Amino acid sequence: MSSTRKRMRALVALGAIGTTMTLVLAGCGARAGDDAAGAGSSAAASCVDTSGDTIKLGFLNSLTGGMAISEKTVSDVLHMAADEINADGGILDKKIEYVQEDGATDWPTFAEKTEKLLTQDCVAAIFGGWTSSSRKAVKPVVEKFNGLFFYPVQYEGLESSPNIYYTGATTNQQIIPAMDFLAAEGVKTLFLAGSDYVFPRTANAIIKLYAAKLGIKIVGEEYVPLDKDDWTSQVAKIAAAKPDFIFNTINGSSNVGFIKAYYDAGLTPAKTPIISVSIAEEEAPAMGHEVTGNYASWNYFQSLKTDTNPEFIKNWKAYPNSSGVTSDPMEAAYISLYLYKALVEAAGSFDVDAVNAAAKAKPITFDAPEGKVTLDGENHHISKPGHIGRINADNQFDIVWASDKFIEPDPYLEGYDWFPADIRKQLTDAAG
Amino acid sequence: MTKKPWISLGGIGVFAVLLLAVAPLVLTDHWLNNLGKYCCWAIAAVGIGLAWGRGGMLVMGQGVFFALGAYAMAMHLTLETAGDRVPGFMVLYDPLAPLPMFWEPFRSAGFTLAAIVGLPVVVAGALGYALFKRRVKGAYFAILTQALAVALAVLISSTIRETGGDTGLSDFKYFFGFVLNDPANRLMVYLIAAALLIVCLLAVWQFYRSRFGELLVATRDAEERVRFLGYDPANVKLVAFVVSALMASIGGAMFVPIVGIITPAEIGAAASILMIAGVALGGRASLFGPALGAIAVGWGQSSLGSTWPDGWPYILGLLFIVVILFLPNGLSSLPARFAAARRKPDVPPTPVIAAAELEEVRS
Repeated sequence: MSSTRKRMRALVALGAIGTTMTLVLAGCGARAGDDAAGAGSSAAASCVDTSGDTIKLGFLNSLTGGMAISEKTVSDVLHMAADEINADGGILDKKIEYVQEDGATDWPTFAEKTEKLLTQDCVAAIFGGWTSSSRKAVKPVVEKFNGLFFYPVQYEGLESSPNIYYTGATTNQQIIPAMDFLAAEGVKTLFLAGSDYVFPRTANAIIKLYAAKLGIKIVGEEYVPLDKDDWTSQVAKIAAAKPDFIFNTINGSSNVGFIKAYYDAGLTPAKTPIISVSIAEEEAPAMGHEVTGNYASWNYFQSLKTDTNPEFIKNWKAYPNSSGVTSDPMEAAYISLYLYKALVEAAGSFDVDAVNAAAKAKPITFDAPEGKVTLDGENHHISKPGHIGRINADNQFDIVWASDKFIEPDPYLEGYDWFPADIRKQLTDAAG
Repeated sequence: MTKKPWISLGGIGVFAVLLLAVAPLVLTDHWLNNLGKYCCWAIAAVGIGLAWGRGGMLVMGQGVFFALGAYAMAMHLTLETAGDRVPGFMVLYDPLAPLPMFWEPFRSAGFTLAAIVGLPVVVAGALGYALFKRRVKGAYFAILTQALAVALAVLISSTIRETGGDTGLSDFKYFFGFVLNDPANRLMVYLIAAALLIVCLLAVWQFYRSRFGELLVATRDAEERVRFLGYDPANVKLVAFVVSALMASIGGAMFVPIVGIITPAEIGAAASILMIAGVALGGRASLFGPALGAIAVGWGQSSLGSTWPDGWPYILGLLFIVVILFLPNGLSSLPARFAAARRKPDVPPTPVIAAAELEEVRS
């Protein structure tokens, strides 16, 4: 068949054309080692439109999928904060016009939507996220396009990006206070239970280092994937180890299975209490079992007595679709939008570099429901009070411990001599 | 198979012009990048069309092969970004441990490319040989492949230090020495993906016209008769299965530099089924159906998922049911149906699938 040969020749020709095109293009692209391009200066110029009387902001949370149950609240409170700011005149006299996107509990979708918000919708900043995985998906994209991302949830620290502001706690504002509380309680043995992903793994690595310093013995460590609910065999190990306390870094609905297994195994808060870093006012009533007597470490509790908290609670309860209770992550999300407003007004501009410069120029503060927080312009985290609450019969938290002052954010734990310097160096090297 | 092969080839040509020349000119960077992602799914879909549409093997676990290519590429890009250091995410979990052994060879670009091609061929070859020689088929084959995808996703999720776990691998700075942030390089990566899709389409076009293509359809429709004629259907199916695995792997490999992140969720059961959904919508046995279906599903996910996040899964589900019930040969069979209805209402359109279903029931 001569036609076959002809076809083959056509195929080869097509392949050759394709390869040539690619090579031509490759010729104009930047290569590794070209410093200018490596620093991201070749990223497209910002397309944010500041000429009108509105400013576009992006809200990005999972409205569908497994994390929707938690992230919906963050999304709602952002809407509330935007409405409040608009009623008050907006930011630099521009009303906020928000674009809501769904991350769908899928990390590549978070990356895709971040790119869309920055390059299609041309938003001035993005607010939202919940899991560390979603933040890690967003981070390279906001860095590539020199955008801004405000992340409102407590996390494992050891990160700081010029394009991200962290309004939740880093480890020295939540994990370390919890360990200080346990030491003050005279706890000698501790069992670590967590979901199998980046936050619990890293948090537990830090807990183990600090526990050694405090003289607390870690008697076991168990992980279950985020989307799995069966904790029976792991809880059996806890029951056998008889720890003084359980440190719970489980996230999401997997907690329900853990709590069930905990009570089924005959464990009680009187003998083996749990201290958790993800069960708040929202989650406590949803555990399918009474959890009274267990503990949680947060910066904000609904029961906090501050000047601004009553009004925040009142406004939230009156807000349509409101869940009726306030909690730490939603409060941090509420802070994030106001912090952005304060930053932009200090900078007098929506420009990312101007905003970052304003953050460094003088301390930016906000009278948050948790108290007056101050932004650290270098590491982009905020100061926070540490609190430990015990769950009462109304699924609210009685505050049993508080840090003596606001804790300055220290994501790389530089002020803690028990954190090995070589690990810090490896981490900062890898991040840089 | 196709009555007018040159029309199909012309179609591929038009498609190539649209993807390689028109799309980069008219689409914004964001949508071009998205189209690149859909192309990756389309490459896998073309393979599914070959194995399922022509070969009758319902491959419900193409995520496994997608993962082989994707993770091979992601490991190489991660190491390229990290340089001499251990990647950052590994330091988090166990600060002082060295790089895992199986990562080491992926430093080499040549090994990575060889792995993207070789791994799926070896895995699919061994798996296919074991299954087809034992005459495992139909629902048993489908469930088995699906179970493999689930198992691999769980394995990756739980080996957090070795694979990045649920968070996946991301934050790639370079692509074989090219800075990924550079728009010109991103265009190049898109063009490579689009060109690979065209190459895959040309490959299956050639396949379908060859004697092998005839034999594959014969095996799908009447496996026992093919055996009776002296061919070993297992070998025929094996080749189609391996080629489809290879295409999934190539799609996965290109997915990584385009999307910038790979996680177990992109390769598990749901992702594997979504690949099938695109193929079924487009028309599994046709040349263009699988690719166009995959691109359409990807586009729907991006655009409808934005405007109506709660509604999109229902739309896709409904569309899927309607197509399976009323258009078993997919949307690409619509023109032929209309044409047939105009000419002679009583002539059934392309009866190939019906025969396959009959064989499935018989066996």
